[in-house]
Amino acid sequence: MAVTTYIQAINQALAEEMARDPLTFVMGEDVVLSAFGATKGLIDKFGPTRVRNTPIAEAGFVGAAVGAAMAGTRPICEVEFASFFYCAFDQVCNQAAKLRYMSGGQARMPITFRCVYGAMGGAAAQHSETVYAQFLSVAGLKLVVPSNPSDMKGLLKSAIRDDNPVIVFEHGALGGHREEIPAGEHLVPLGKAAVKRVGEHVTVVAIGAMVPRALKVADRLAKENISVEVVDPRTLIPLDEDTILSSVEKTNRAVVFDEGHLRGGAATDIAALIGEKGFDFLDGPVRRVTTLDVPIPFSPPLEKAALANEARLEAAIRELVGR
Amino acid sequence: MDLGKDLLLDMYRSMTRIRLFETKVRDLATANEIPGFVHVSIGEEASATGVCAALRKTDRITSTHRGHSHLIAKGGRLDRMMAELFGKRTGYCKGKGGSMHIVDFSLGILGANGIVGAGLPIATGSALAAVIAGTEDVTACFFGDGASNEGTFHESLNLAAVWKLPVVFVCENNGFGEFTPMRTVTSVKDIAVRAKAYDIPGHIVDGNDVLEVYRYASEAVARARAGEGPTLLECKTYRWEGHVVGEQAFLGAASYRTEQEVNEWKARCPLIRFDKFAAESGKISVTDLQRIKQETEVELEAAIKFARESPLPDASEVTEDVFT
Ligand SMILES: Cc1ncc(C[n+]2csc(CCOP(=O)(O)OP(=O)(O)O)c2C)c(N)n1
Repeated sequence: MAVTTYIQAINQALAEEMARDPLTFVMGEDVVLSAFGATKGLIDKFGPTRVRNTPIAEAGFVGAAVGAAMAGTRPICEVEFASFFYCAFDQVCNQAAKLRYMSGGQARMPITFRCVYGAMGGAAAQHSETVYAQFLSVAGLKLVVPSNPSDMKGLLKSAIRDDNPVIVFEHGALGGHREEIPAGEHLVPLGKAAVKRVGEHVTVVAIGAMVPRALKVADRLAKENISVEVVDPRTLIPLDEDTILSSVEKTNRAVVFDEGHLRGGAATDIAALIGEKGFDFLDGPVRRVTTLDVPIPFSPPLEKAALANEARLEAAIRELVGR
Repeated sequence: MDLGKDLLLDMYRSMTRIRLFETKVRDLATANEIPGFVHVSIGEEASATGVCAALRKTDRITSTHRGHSHLIAKGGRLDRMMAELFGKRTGYCKGKGGSMHIVDFSLGILGANGIVGAGLPIATGSALAAVIAGTEDVTACFFGDGASNEGTFHESLNLAAVWKLPVVFVCENNGFGEFTPMRTVTSVKDIAVRAKAYDIPGHIVDGNDVLEVYRYASEAVARARAGEGPTLLECKTYRWEGHVVGEQAFLGAASYRTEQEVNEWKARCPLIRFDKFAAESGKISVTDLQRIKQETEVELEAAIKFARESPLPDASEVTEDVFT
């Protein structure tokens, strides 16, 4: 076991998978020098053919990843900030997501997209958004939202090996989080949730960077004998419905905690799942604690007011358990 | 072109305001008094200034993530800009936008933008609006060399050319997009040659010579206003500072350019160039320049004080200005 940051976990996963399969390659803006450090040093190990700086041309290089994947390689494509995906929407949603199906299964689409999402303090609306909801209703994509270094490494490796297009969302505020990661080959399957904390009174389904915050709230409430179970779905597509539902079956109460927006968001999707398939387990309404439906504002007090936060999660839990 | 003294002094004031504002903003961001991502234009004062000097008040501009210079050159107030950078309620966008998103409609500033290449179609649409409304206003569109590789650049130039729209596309080529040298990701050495593909005029301009920028911009603006369509200007320049304030924290020991290169460009400082011109022209005295510098220092100090003393927005304002 070695202590590793979230960013280092990405770097390790990339280096290991690139060493394993010579048809993998990395491309994106500034991946050679690597602004956030995730691709640092890959150029020295794998050279310029497999580590490519792209022009600032998201539609172009994301589309090139689609073509390269269809032609038999395994691209790992970095889109810096998740909001920049908007510049390449057609290539992700119309092309990467659909072509395997529309070709009657002829096309393989083993692309891994990486991007940084979420608020990291004063980055304003075009660099702070949680955009996975925008992809939730695009059939054909897999969506991965790792909440810690160990999951990041294991999930990213699985994403790279997957023959479908997978988007891995890295929270910008988690970059420096560190923990021990299992030594040797470490894979986490896509579609398997993790129960991060066992509890009895209420289930909190927390996504991405909300997981460590939910755990903090759970710690605090434990002192008052409010026992919170924290479930991290880890992947939104595929979604591990069984783990979520069996947790709610035990606790009879559910809150979904997400940094995305409320309308059409991941929390809304998961709440609907619990409402539909877990109705008989519930003692009260499913609560959604999310970011307000506003663009993320720049000024710190406004940003704080907009974002999903621990205080609102705590209030929702207290309301459900009546304490 | 014989330029009058007032115009020359206005351009000097604009460049001085940009230089002093940006230097201060860099320091305040380094000291964490300004949150978020901050990109400054030190060394790139002449392109913004020369272009905006060729515009009239009702003309419009679109800007970029590195937008302070364009806003100042178009007449932006330092106090409301600084307050916005501080996230204060008195800022141009009530604290909702920040450094990358300052807007002032009263001055025709349609906005800085956090998305590279986003300003190009917006400027094209702004020019279209002038045609539809029949106002003869021109739109100047600032963008970087990096943005010229986005699809929006190519789509916008074609659209503006086909519809003969009154827009001037101004590429500030500072040689880099983030840490990537332009030449490693761009098929042409000069962005201006891309104008050929759209059958519009394209000119390479010394972007550190405000008078040359002004001359080319005036010609392009006149052409646009006369209904003859768009022009592409490529202002060759250089950013003295990092891509973003504090980039060393990301880069560590890595670097993407040499100190020698930076120093060579510092020797071509747009303000020193102007000082020399002023001395040679005989039109402008050293006291004129000193007075402008002192006035700007006073203006800037007042702007910082205003920003510091202004209130932060109230949390309740978070849901204003949007449908929820
Ligand atoms: C669509 C999009 N892609 C990437 C980025 C990240 N980014 C911000 S500035 C920048 C470099 C822009 O280079 P250029 O257009 O030459 O302007 P400069 O920074 O040199 O002034 C990049 C890649 C972004 N903001 N938007």
